[in-house]
Formats: sequence, structure tokens, C-alpha cells
Amino acid sequence: MPYPFRHLLAIEGLEPPYIAELLELADHYALQNRRGTTQRDLLKGRTLINLFFEDSTRTRTSFELAGKRLGADIVNMSVSTSSVNKGETLLDTAATLNAMRTDLLVVRHGQSGAPALLAQKVDAAVINAGDGTHEHPTQALLDALTIRRRKGRLEGLTVAICGDVLHSRVARSNIHLLLTMNARVRIVGPPTLIPSEAGRLGVEVHHDMKSGLEGADVVMMLRLQKERMTGGLVPSAREFFRFFGLDAAKLAYAKPDAIVMHPGPMNRGVEIDSAVADDPARSVIGEQVEMGVAVRMAVLDLLSRNLRRNA
Amino acid sequence: MSLLHITNARLLDPASGLDAAGELLVRDGIILDHGTGLGRLDGAEVVDAGGACLAPGLVDLRAALGEPGAEHRETIASAAQAAAAGGITTLCALPDTDPPLDDAALIQFVIRRGEATGCVTILPYAAATAGCAGKEIAEYGLLEEAGAVAFTDGTRAIGNARTMRLALSYARAFGSFVVQHPEEPSLAAGGAATEGERATRMGLPGIPVAAESMLVARDIELAKITGGHVHFAHVSTAAALAHIRAARVLGLRVTCDTAPPYFDLNETAIGEYRTYAKLSPPLRSDEDRLAVVAALKDGTIDAIASDHQPRDADDKRLPFAQAEAGGAGLATLLAVTLARVHAGDLTLLQALDLLTARPAKLLGIEAGTLRKGAPADLVLFHPERGWRVEAGKLPGKAQNTPFDGRALEGKVLGTWKAGRRVFG
Repeated sequence: MPYPFRHLLAIEGLEPPYIAELLELADHYALQNRRGTTQRDLLKGRTLINLFFEDSTRTRTSFELAGKRLGADIVNMSVSTSSVNKGETLLDTAATLNAMRTDLLVVRHGQSGAPALLAQKVDAAVINAGDGTHEHPTQALLDALTIRRRKGRLEGLTVAICGDVLHSRVARSNIHLLLTMNARVRIVGPPTLIPSEAGRLGVEVHHDMKSGLEGADVVMMLRLQKERMTGGLVPSAREFFRFFGLDAAKLAYAKPDAIVMHPGPMNRGVEIDSAVADDPARSVIGEQVEMGVAVRMAVLDLLSRNLRRNA
Repeated sequence: MSLLHITNARLLDPASGLDAAGELLVRDGIILDHGTGLGRLDGAEVVDAGGACLAPGLVDLRAALGEPGAEHRETIASAAQAAAAGGITTLCALPDTDPPLDDAALIQFVIRRGEATGCVTILPYAAATAGCAGKEIAEYGLLEEAGAVAFTDGTRAIGNARTMRLALSYARAFGSFVVQHPEEPSLAAGGAATEGERATRMGLPGIPVAAESMLVARDIELAKITGGHVHFAHVSTAAALAHIRAARVLGLRVTCDTAPPYFDLNETAIGEYRTYAKLSPPLRSDEDRLAVVAALKDGTIDAIASDHQPRDADDKRLPFAQAEAGGAGLATLLAVTLARVHAGDLTLLQALDLLTARPAKLLGIEAGTLRKGAPADLVLFHPERGWRVEAGKLPGKAQNTPFDGRALEGKVLGTWKAGRRVFG
């Protein structure tokens, strides 16, 4: 089923056939990337702008590489948050980008809903590269692709998403995608880091790693941002690591062949122990980064087919 | 001598329970008589109401005006224009302006500016604390002498329990009351929507319902120990209303109002980050909305206020959490309230009572009645005539209506202030 939408703003509401199509195409690009046969001119003459209101190296680089492999012209715009007067420049920027006839706009912003607001104002296809604590759709797609390649399926798997779910857009997008594709999702963390009414999203909520990880096929760790500790939501990094950090002992609660994921960048010794993160038998963190490029190529490819303005 | 004779009207006076066909006579801005068969008076201006409803002009218990300090959002003149179009003839203005209304001269300034509009009496609240900063209580005596109607920090909650205690206690000396924005500040800090499933899905920082109910509960305790009168503004939750009901049973001096968004809309109105529906308090679940409707019905809520908060495009064209909270409410106050009448929740007299006589009684002012000898502040409206709310086409300057696109029944045809026609 061809992806019919202009933008990719969220996973929530995206129906299974569209997710499946994105994953199929991404799988295809992953193969091409490994073969080194990817230099194509699919996006030749198209302009892609990476508009980042928040610092990011890996996501921006991943989109940049994806765009380059498909032949797009790429411009990186980093808007330092200090110069942003309460988001005022957001719509000013939209007007500027429109005048420049941008085709694809990759947006990261610290505020939930900011890409949706931009999408109302620009002609370009908008790809949400992370907005506030709302969604990070391409991360969920690359995680799903990684899981599918390792486990052969998504349906019926038990995925434990652990740590700071409250502030995590990665967690929200993953929850929506995995539930849509009929996986079982648990979220695990101290109650101060679990969002209100999380159970109503359709997930199981656990407050200890033992019950949360028991029988899990996939253990997905989230980054705990340092400022959360200063905000008093958890008392200390060492206490967090002791009870919610993933080490070999806690990983043993999961299935013997459970894989370990992390969206990066990792806080080693806070949410994840290096011995687990670097264990090639369990950790698929490197593969996630690889799949990120493939997924973003698939997204750019599909959205460019629906562009209003044809080059 | 000026005479006005409104004929062929459905007279509605909630203060006396009057709901009957009839006519009304005004002499020199005062209601001279009403009833049937009043005869013709020489030199009277005759207005045929065509069977429409004639009621006392609305008494709006709560509106922010933007002036002084935020004239780009709303001036007193533009708010008066919107008020007149909405049938409002008396309006209580919030003091959290720039500068805040914590000085007698500022109170007099606002009253004079209201008088200059000629179409609405503006009764300013004075700041409950100096600078609306929530620390030291303001000069209630001097402020009241200058014309302050009561005391509040407007959209800022008085978070400190000791300060609130002193405010409630001290206001007693002047027979006045303190209006609280019931939201526990530390619990609500940074929040953009009601905490719960929707905020979680949208990735918005939440404000728990408990932030409202716990401040209400706290202030009821303070009313108990001070004997003071606390009034809760824009109550929006079942939990807070339960506390208020219980306090009434104990005979405490506790009153409250709500605003149309809290009985007409629920949190789904924020849809895909619609900032016009970002309000303070935030829109709630439908269960809470229904609890507000029930409290209007059973009398727990004393008044419906517009809770007008003018915002300009720059305040609202932002990502949701960064956008300013607040909705324009003057022009839609009557029609959104009438929607509860059409839905069968309130009788027409009940609805009008909440917009006229009850707030007037709370304020202790001579308004909101068709009584002979009362000022001829009047609204003439057609209860069923339909119209659609359209942001950008509302009277007055502020266009930030949370009801954008809402089809309403009930249209103001004319407004009179002290016998002078100010709208229609």
C-alpha cells in the first residue's frame, strides 16, 4: 500500500500496512547499503534541509547520509536555542524555508508539536526528527527494523522499554509502533519517570527490572538525562543504576537470547553497564545506527514520491 | 428627560423569577416600570423587541483587559466594544496588569477608563498582594475606598498558605472577599495540559487535577480558621466542586464561578496542538466537564464568568507548551451558556441568574435586575438564532477564542447601558 501522507510527524495513528511498507523499503536500502551499491539519483534536484533546534550529531548525520546516498542537495541548519526567542523564529524560519523552495524538511525541536506547527506553514514534506517529549518516528522505525532483522518478526514479541519513559519521545514512538504491530510492550522505571496514565496507551507498567524484564525478547534502554536528576525525579545516578541500570545480572531476567538496544548516546554506568552495551552477543546498538540510515532513506524516498511540487 | 419604551418582549428577570411577555419603560437611565398595558408615553423612543428576550445586562465576574500594560492585546475601549456586543454591562477586571492594580490611583484610572467607554461599568479587582507577587497583602482599605470590588492576584494563585490566611482574615475588616486562582503553583509549574492520557500521548507537561482540588481544600481550611470569604475562580474539576459543596454544608463563606470553556469543551479541543484551546486552568476530561454542568444545575456554582484573557497572534502561534494560556470570552459568554439551556441542563432563568443576579449579589452591587428603580442595563437577545464563532471576526481586539468554528444558538440583538443603546 503506497504511503499516502505528505509528512511523517508521528507514529501514532499510522496503520500497520504503512509501517510495513516503510520497513520493507528500509530493509531493501539496508541491503543496498551493505553492498555499497547505494549511490542513486532518486532525489537528484531535491533540496533537503536539516533544521535542528536541538543539538544532535547522530540523527542529523544519519539524515544527511541518507539524503546524500539518494542524491539530494543537503543543507544543515542549526538554530541555537539561545537565540530562539520563545520559538518565535520557528514560523519566521518556516517562511524563509518556503521562499527557498525546500522539498524535504527534517526538523528537531525541543517543543512537542513544533514540527506539526511547521508542517502547517510550509510546502515541504516535514519529517519529525524528534519533538520535545512527543515523538521520534524514525527512531521507532529503525528500532523496529533492527528487531525484525534479529527476531524475524515483531508480532508476539515482548519488548521492555526501560528508564526515563516520562521524558522520552523515543519511548512514545516505540510504544505506538510496537503495539500497532502486535508486539507486547512493557515500560519499566521508577514511578517518577513513568508518564501519567501510561497504562492507557496499552502497555504494562513495571517498577522493578526483575518483573519488567522477565521473559522479554527485547530490552530497550532509554537515556537518562542528567538534568532529570537535578530536577529531583531520581535521587542519584548511583541509586538509579543500582535499581534500573541494565547490567548482566538484570539482563539475566530476560530471555537468554534477548537483545539489548539503546537509542544513544549512552550514559555508561547510569542506565547501562559497559559490559552489556559492548557485548556483541546481546547488544545491537551498532546495528541500530546502521538501520537508522536505511530507514531514513526509505522515509525520504516515500515522502518525495508525494511531494506536491515536482522537480 | 429621556424615555425608552421596549415593547413586545419576553421579560426575563431571574432576581424576581419573572418570565412573561411584556414591555419595559426606562426614564433617564432608570427602569421605570415593566409589565403589560403600560400605554404610550409622549416623546418615548419605542423599540419593538419582536418577541425576543429582554433581560438584565450581564454581570461578568472575571475578565482581563490588557490595559494597562498589554494594549497590543486589548484596550479597555476594545474590551468594552466586545462586552457590549456580548450583552455585558458590568465587568470585573483582573488586577494582574502591568503595572498591577495594587494602588488606589490605578484603581481609579481603570474605573475612569471604563466610564469613558460609556457602555460598560468596569469594577476593578485590586491586587490581593503587593504587585500580585503573592507575598505581602495589599492596602485593602485604601483600595476599596478607591473603588476596588474585591481582591485577587488574577491568574496567579496565592500559593503561600500564610499569605492567603492573612488576606482572608484582613479582607473581613472591609467586608470583602479574596478571589483565588485555584492551582497549587509548584504542582502546576511548567504544565500545559491536564495531566493524563492525552497529555502523555502528546508529550505535553501535565497539570494534575489535584493541583486545583488541593488548593481549594487548603483555602477552605483557611476560610474556616479566619472566618473569611474565599471565592474560587473558574472551577473546572469534580474534585474541587466536591470540596466546595462540603464547605457550604458547614456554612463556610465559600463561593465560586466557572467559565464557558469548562462546561462546553473538554481536553479533546486541544486536538493537534490547538493553542487557542490552551487555557488556565487547562481544559479537563469530559467527566470533569459534566461535573461542572451538574454544579451549575444544583447551584454549587454561583456565577458564570467570561474569564476573558486577550492574547494576540504572537502569543498563540507557538509550540503548544510555549504558547500563552487564555481565551477570549466576552462575545461568546451568553451564547455558550445558552447551549446548556438548549441541551436541557439549565432553564433559561437559571442560566440568566448565573450571568446576572447571582454575580451581582455576590458583589453586592445594584445590577443584574429588572427591578423598578434599578439602572436600565439591558440585553435583548434571540435565544435560538444561530451563528458561528469565527476567530478574526469577533468584536473587539482579542480574537483568541477557544470556540473557533463552534455553531451557537442565541444572538444578542441589543444592549443598553443606563438606558443608552450601546450595541445593536
